[in-house]
Amino acid sequence: MTAPASPTPSAPPPAPGADGRRRPPLGALSSMPRGGTATVALILLLIFVVIATQNPSFFEGPPLMGFAKKAAPLVILAVGQYLVIVSGEFDLSVGSLVGAQVVIAARLIDGDEAMTWPVLALMVAFGLVVGLVNGLVTTLLRVPSIITTLGTMLVLFGAVRFWTGGAPTGALSEAFRVPGRDGIENVPFLHQIPWALLIAAAVVVGGVLVMRSPYGRTLMATGDNDTAAAFSGVRVWSVRTLAFMASSLLATLAAVLIGGYAGVTAQVGQGLEFTAITAVVLGGVVLGGGRGTVLAAALGALTVEALFTLFNQLYLPSTIQPAAQGLIIIAAVAYASRRGELRLPGRPRRRPDHPTEHTLGSSRR
Amino acid sequence: MTPLRTTAASLGSRLGTTGLVYAALVVLLAVSAAFLAARGATLFTTANTVDLFTRSSLLGFLAIGQTLVILCRSLDLSVGHVAALSALVAATTMDGDPSRIVLGATAALVVAGLIGLANGLIVTGLRVNPFIATLGTALIVQGYLDTTFQGPAGSVPEAFQAFGYTRIGPLPVSTLVMLGLAVAAVVFLHRTRMGYHMYAVGGDADVARLSGVRAGVPVVTAHVLCSITAGVAGLLLAARFGTGNPQVYANGYELEAIAAVVLGGTYLLGGRGGVAGTIAGVFVLATLDTVFNVLAVDPFVKDVLRGAVLVAAVAVYARGQQSRAATRVRFPSTGPPAPPPSQPPSPKTAPLGGRR
Repeated sequence: MTAPASPTPSAPPPAPGADGRRRPPLGALSSMPRGGTATVALILLLIFVVIATQNPSFFEGPPLMGFAKKAAPLVILAVGQYLVIVSGEFDLSVGSLVGAQVVIAARLIDGDEAMTWPVLALMVAFGLVVGLVNGLVTTLLRVPSIITTLGTMLVLFGAVRFWTGGAPTGALSEAFRVPGRDGIENVPFLHQIPWALLIAAAVVVGGVLVMRSPYGRTLMATGDNDTAAAFSGVRVWSVRTLAFMASSLLATLAAVLIGGYAGVTAQVGQGLEFTAITAVVLGGVVLGGGRGTVLAAALGALTVEALFTLFNQLYLPSTIQPAAQGLIIIAAVAYASRRGELRLPGRPRRRPDHPTEHTLGSSRR
Repeated sequence: MTPLRTTAASLGSRLGTTGLVYAALVVLLAVSAAFLAARGATLFTTANTVDLFTRSSLLGFLAIGQTLVILCRSLDLSVGHVAALSALVAATTMDGDPSRIVLGATAALVVAGLIGLANGLIVTGLRVNPFIATLGTALIVQGYLDTTFQGPAGSVPEAFQAFGYTRIGPLPVSTLVMLGLAVAAVVFLHRTRMGYHMYAVGGDADVARLSGVRAGVPVVTAHVLCSITAGVAGLLLAARFGTGNPQVYANGYELEAIAAVVLGGTYLLGGRGGVAGTIAGVFVLATLDTVFNVLAVDPFVKDVLRGAVLVAAVAVYARGQQSRAATRVRFPSTGPPAPPPSQPPSPKTAPLGGRR
């Protein structure tokens, strides 16, 4: 029985659920998803303009397609992370999962073309199992998702290195590398449309459609207030578990692209979870759930990747890049929350003694 | 969720939670000792005990600060980076000169405190999500460290290295300092106005504000204190290595510290828990590491086991959490927890005033 609402208006309840929105401005901003999308689109445009002034040939087709090829995995990861974040959870395991999948692929395929498809199927199954474990441990065992996925991250990291003895062995087949490396050749002007771009675009469109489907609405409602969602008949555990599985599945897809694009190294995937979360948050998606759009998350991923490109073009020493990245994400998120504050001052907040709470409370019994 | 709102019940549930963590620690120690004995090794040799305490001190410093921040419903992902920076500041300032020990240590702690202040102001003033804010400052510190230092730099005089290596019996001085700091933190949380405010803001910032608490102040204070304890951890690192190593930020201390806090029963969404539980969580993790070390487990398998044990422990613990949340007794002197309903603004301040 959850009964956080105290009928006496003046008693300060210790907020047992403590799920209430804590920061009115953040909530206010993201209650208008278009505001978040506009912000990130503006930042992306700004970075592109700076890139263009530095290197006018960037928009001449091939370099742009190269950028798309490089950015595609992060976009896919961001969509997966978005699904989990919007449901009110975190997925810190995606970086390790990408690394694990690439290493598994290299070791099992070992340069043998015939093994490509069976191993791909195995990877998909493995990804789904990881997502299922993440989801069930988080929802049914009630472990905070930051701990669950941190555990998964450690387990995957250690297990894969133990299995390979520290350094990845084997090789990827040519067929495996096609999606990440090749594309439709001989296109006029662009020369090549990378498969990675098409796959990422399909994932984004799929994400948008999913969020418009009943499942997407349910996911959003669960992230906003899982208690209310549960009382409305949502099976919260299955909705969230599906989000975790989708995230792991998309991480697997990203692993295929990254493996194809960059090959196999011991470091592959390291730190990707934080980059993906940064991308999602840059898109105005609120950590804690219930706010934000897929499109904004994807734009956030493009923005992060554009930022990296810009750093390379400015010949910034690679060591200073993290510092610039840190400054920019803080500034962007601060700017986004400030805009929200200015737009909607004093949004009427729901009070604990609001009549609707009583109705809800009485309808529970 | 919990109809047990009376003081007695919440006192019982609090003891239950912290007690549960300590019980788990004792069980873990017993099981480990028995397991090692069955394999012909001993857990409680001097070397192993020292190893256990030494491991716990570094993580302890980081986790104590992290507890304060998490209690305020914030998060600090920058502690590992702050520790690395503080170790470097201390080592380069001291530069082998014993007369500069105080200067170096002070400089390191001041720098750490300033980063905490920045974290706190970004979180409260600019309203940036703490996850992003502290990740951002961590990246900024990382950029500075990697650009300025190519490898280990500075050196720490012998006298200061004693902080890392001296011990009284099996107890390293650093562990004693850590435990002293933990006691100070417990007192701070339970006996000062600011400590109460931290619980209030973490429980519900809006209710705290309506009750007359300036919601930003405790959060900023918690961030500053957290960074300072991370700075102490950095001093310990410098004392142990004899120099400042910028690469220690890559060790994932921040996630380990959060794990210890959660293992200790502090609620990730703030307002419930305490430092006593965190210390038990720290010792649980340190015991695991020591046992793995004695068994000479492959370092990669160690990661697997640590991840699995962490999730399993929190899962076991979370089953009980619903009924016995780690709620601190907020107003022990007022008897029944619900204050007189007729005076909305006073319920928090009155007992606080009496407490001082």
